[in-house]
Amino acid sequence: MQIGVLHARIRLEEKMIFTELEKRGVDVKRFHIEAVPLSLDADGAREDITQVDAMLERCISHSRALAAIRVIENWGVPCVNSWQVAEVCGDKMATNLALSNAGVAQPRARVAFTPESALEAIEELGYPAILKPAVGSWGRLLARVNDREAAEAILEHKATLGTYHHSIFYIQEHIEKPGRDLRAFVAGGEVLCAIARHSEHWITNTAQGGQVTNYPVTDELREIAVNAAQAVGGGILAVDLLESSRGLLVCEVNYTMEFKNSVEPTGVDLPAKVVDFLLEVAEGRELVPAQRAAAVDAAQQPTGGAS
Amino acid sequence: MSNTTETTTACPECDAQIKREEGVMANEILPCEECGAELEVTSLEPFSLALAPEVEEDWGE
Repeated sequence: MQIGVLHARIRLEEKMIFTELEKRGVDVKRFHIEAVPLSLDADGAREDITQVDAMLERCISHSRALAAIRVIENWGVPCVNSWQVAEVCGDKMATNLALSNAGVAQPRARVAFTPESALEAIEELGYPAILKPAVGSWGRLLARVNDREAAEAILEHKATLGTYHHSIFYIQEHIEKPGRDLRAFVAGGEVLCAIARHSEHWITNTAQGGQVTNYPVTDELREIAVNAAQAVGGGILAVDLLESSRGLLVCEVNYTMEFKNSVEPTGVDLPAKVVDFLLEVAEGRELVPAQRAAAVDAAQQPTGGAS
Repeated sequence: MSNTTETTTACPECDAQIKREEGVMANEILPCEECGAELEVTSLEPFSLALAPEVEEDWGE
C-alpha cells in the first residue's frame, strides 16, 4: 500500500502524521502542492499520483487544496477529505445550506450583496451581529457589529477596500457564549473527542490565542457533531459548536483539521486517528462521497445477462 | 564539490547562522532566533532556508 500526502508548509500536525505513518511502516509519498502541476487533459493523470491508494490533503491554502484534490479525485484517487467535502466546508454559505438541508441547528445567517441590503439583514438579525468573510479561517477579519454606526462603517470599508468577494456580505447571528466554544473531532461517524476553547475575547479560535481543555462527549454533542459531519459529506472533520439558549449550534466544520493543541488535553492520539481513517479509505473500508455515489449508481444499474 | 552534509546555514533575513536540529523536516517553518523571521526549510541536504510566505487570506482550516 502507498499513501500520498499533499502538503504545503509542514506544521506540527503534519509532523505528527508523518511520524505516525512511519511508525506503522506505511510507504508514504510526499507531494508539495507548489511543485505539482496537474494536467486537465484526458490522458493527463500523473502516474506517481494515481499509484497511491489514498491521498491525505494537508495543505494550508483552501483554494489550492480544493483545486488539487478535485483533479486528483477525478483521476480515481480517494482523497481525505474529498473535494466535495472541502468545497462545502471551505465556504460558510455552502456549509449553512448543507446544515440547513440536514436540519442541523446553527446560528441564523444571511447573505447580502450591497452595503444597504447587508445593513437591512444585520438589523433583522439584531445587534450585535457578526460579519465574516464567506471564505476564511483562523478567526481573521471577523467583526462583531454592535450598533448601526459600526455597521455602516464596516460595510463601507469592506465595500471600498475589500477584494471582490468582500462585496458578498456574510452576516451571522451573534451567540452569547460562556467564554468558550467547543470543537468535536469526528471520523467516519464517530466522535473521537471534544475540546472547549476558552478566551475572554469573543473570538475563541486557538489561532487567536484561545486556551484548550477537554470537554466530555455528551449525547447532545455526539448527535449534532455526527449529523453535521454527515451533512457536509462525511470524513475526518472538526465540528465547531457554540453553546446557546437553543442548545448546541454548529458554527463551522473544518476539513483539514488542526489538532496540535487538542492531543494533550483530551488524551486522544489524534494523528493516529487520522492515519487510522486514512488507511480505512486506502483499503476501501471507508468510502469518500464520490465512491459512495458510484456505489449507489452501480446498485441501481440493471444487472447484465441474457435478454 | 558542494558539501551535502552541511548542517548550518545563514538566515536569509539577518545572516545569523542557523543549525539544522534533529527531526526537522523539509517545508517545516523555523523561526530565526536572532531576527524572528519565519523561515521555511527548502532543503535538508544541503540545509537551506528561505523566508516563509506571508499568510494568505484563504489559509487555515
